[in-house]
Amino acid sequence: MEPLVSDKILLAHGSGGKLAHELIEKSFLRAFYNPLLAKLDDSATFDFSGRLAFTTDSYVVNPIFFPGGNIGKLAVCGTVNDLAMAGAVPLYLSLSFIIEEGLPQEDLLHIVSSVKEAAEEAEVQIITGDTKVVNRGTADKLFLNTAGVGLVPEGVDISGSKAKPGDKVLLSGTIGDHGIAVLSQREGLSFSTKLQSDCAPLNKLVADIIKVSPQIHCLRDPTRGGLATTLNELAKQSKVGIKIEEDKIPVREEVQAACEMLGFDPLYVANEGKLVAIVAPEDAEAVLKAMRKNTYGKDAAVIGEVRQEHPGRVVMKTRLGASRIVDMLVGDLLPRIC
Amino acid sequence: MKFIDEFRRSELAQGLVRRIRQNSTKKARLMEFCGGHTVTILKHGIRQLLPPTIEMLSGPGCPVCVTDNADLDKAIALAQIPGVILTTFGDMLKVPGSRSSLQKARADGADVRIVYSTIDALQIAQENPDKRVAFLGIGFETTAPTIAASVLQAEQEGISNYYVLSLHKLCPPVIKALLDSGEVRLDGLICPGHVSAIIGSRPWEFIARDYSIPCVVSGFEPLDVLQSVDMLVAQIESGRSEVEIAYRRGVRPEGNRQALALMERVFEVCPARWRGMGLVAHSGLRLKPEFERFDAEFAFEINPGPVVEPKGCLCGDILRGVKTPQDCRLFAKVCTPESPVGPCMVSSEGSCAAYYLYGAAGE
Repeated sequence: MEPLVSDKILLAHGSGGKLAHELIEKSFLRAFYNPLLAKLDDSATFDFSGRLAFTTDSYVVNPIFFPGGNIGKLAVCGTVNDLAMAGAVPLYLSLSFIIEEGLPQEDLLHIVSSVKEAAEEAEVQIITGDTKVVNRGTADKLFLNTAGVGLVPEGVDISGSKAKPGDKVLLSGTIGDHGIAVLSQREGLSFSTKLQSDCAPLNKLVADIIKVSPQIHCLRDPTRGGLATTLNELAKQSKVGIKIEEDKIPVREEVQAACEMLGFDPLYVANEGKLVAIVAPEDAEAVLKAMRKNTYGKDAAVIGEVRQEHPGRVVMKTRLGASRIVDMLVGDLLPRIC
Repeated sequence: MKFIDEFRRSELAQGLVRRIRQNSTKKARLMEFCGGHTVTILKHGIRQLLPPTIEMLSGPGCPVCVTDNADLDKAIALAQIPGVILTTFGDMLKVPGSRSSLQKARADGADVRIVYSTIDALQIAQENPDKRVAFLGIGFETTAPTIAASVLQAEQEGISNYYVLSLHKLCPPVIKALLDSGEVRLDGLICPGHVSAIIGSRPWEFIARDYSIPCVVSGFEPLDVLQSVDMLVAQIESGRSEVEIAYRRGVRPEGNRQALALMERVFEVCPARWRGMGLVAHSGLRLKPEFERFDAEFAFEINPGPVVEPKGCLCGDILRGVKTPQDCRLFAKVCTPESPVGPCMVSSEGSCAAYYLYGAAGE
């Protein structure tokens, strides 16, 4: 990408004037080029037929660069994954920047190229966007917002309210990687770890799952609040109990160690590239196999099952063979991790 | 993983549970002094594995929980003094005092900062020479040495805007007060592991000797706790009362001499107020007169106002082991981790929070 005139982002870059045009044309348009965006009209227009999934999310992660990703990659993956959890094939994204004056140009270009890479991997196009620059101190470096639309294939009807007693609960891999990777970079808390965020687009993993189990009941990505919170949401929405087994849940050594050190429970630590699938028992084996074949599901495991008992609650069989309640996250474990 | 999985191995746990079940014939009430042990017991479901002969009681070993409202009010009032930066461990932020909490004070404009060690607090003092930086010294013998070290470092480096509000508490004297009150009858005590890493196992000997109560110093992993229960059962069944160490990888009888010397150099023993127990003799630490200029109590005019105790809250009784969280009418109804009435629902080591979060599942 061609460097901009100024090495820092200035208020003028968001003013709609010359510098703003330079930023859009030299940086954003080149990186994200597609015919819909290139028109540069006030709205992108496109034809569509079928059932639409539509979602939005804002990204305020601190720090904006973390091992395994940055806020740009996160903004694409997060919204792509929200679409994918409805079973939708993601098509188009919007992308809005709120930039704190003084952000190094190099940082912005780096983030833009991560957005480009992630969008290419997920096969989505960025077709509209916005840029605002705010005075120093009124935002923290960079906030992003993405909205996305996707097409829900015919016959697919996934919802958090569809878990049924007897269903199996599958998890696509290790938990807590994102939260701990971000935390390891925090000021005042820096500790060295080789751990990378798991931030990844999961739409192709979802497509693989739907191929073998079109009637899949629930899909959800355990982001903020972690696995424990996601399972509680599903149990409440479906009015069923969920029983999981502690020793079936994959946790990386580094994550376990960091959690022990910091007094966290990996069950509550955020993920950005994992999903929970609740499927009919007869589909479980096929879904597990399909997940394990995909890079982003290679550590997938069946971690429990749906039950009639204790509706709305999640219970875990501990490694010692006892059982205990797993509640939702209360309070804020790690502020601003996504 | 190394040093974690080894202490959570299911087959070893099953073996210990079997042995405890076989050996335990006498009814026994065991107290785990430490909130960290309460969490381990509830988080791993250890109570369900123990035979009906054994009753586990939670003790007063949560430094956040035992901090009296008067002291909390003092900390909050200190934070509200203009030009003060109050540095604290994160656990204290949400604990409600008589009228406010540090979190609320911060929302109202007080400069309250969470630190992970006193080193961070000293650094804040150095970076803000025009402010007065106070550290909220909450904790048992475990945290006191590092705070002593920070005072010595401030003295050595001439950091003149650093202060400590010392609310430190000592564990053996409070156990003595608890036993002398006659309110709780104990057949065994699981002694705190991290406190004992500093003070050693010897300060517990009076309990075994004078009160004939078996003691075992325990680590915090599930196997540590099960092994400690097993050792206590063995003592109870054979009529012995001794101090034994199950946590040999962390605790020596004589403790950590260097840490003890630091404490001795900076602090002197004083009476301390404990929630639920009032003033307990010889159970607190204050800065010695020669370090008075680092003492927030001397350096500031702190006006906390009258103390108001939360109505209906049983934290005091729960900390003494005479009530359990479920006995409290507020538990899980009015008082939850999102809107805590008492400190035992706030702290990650508080009994109420542990019962609330990990309550045994009705299978």
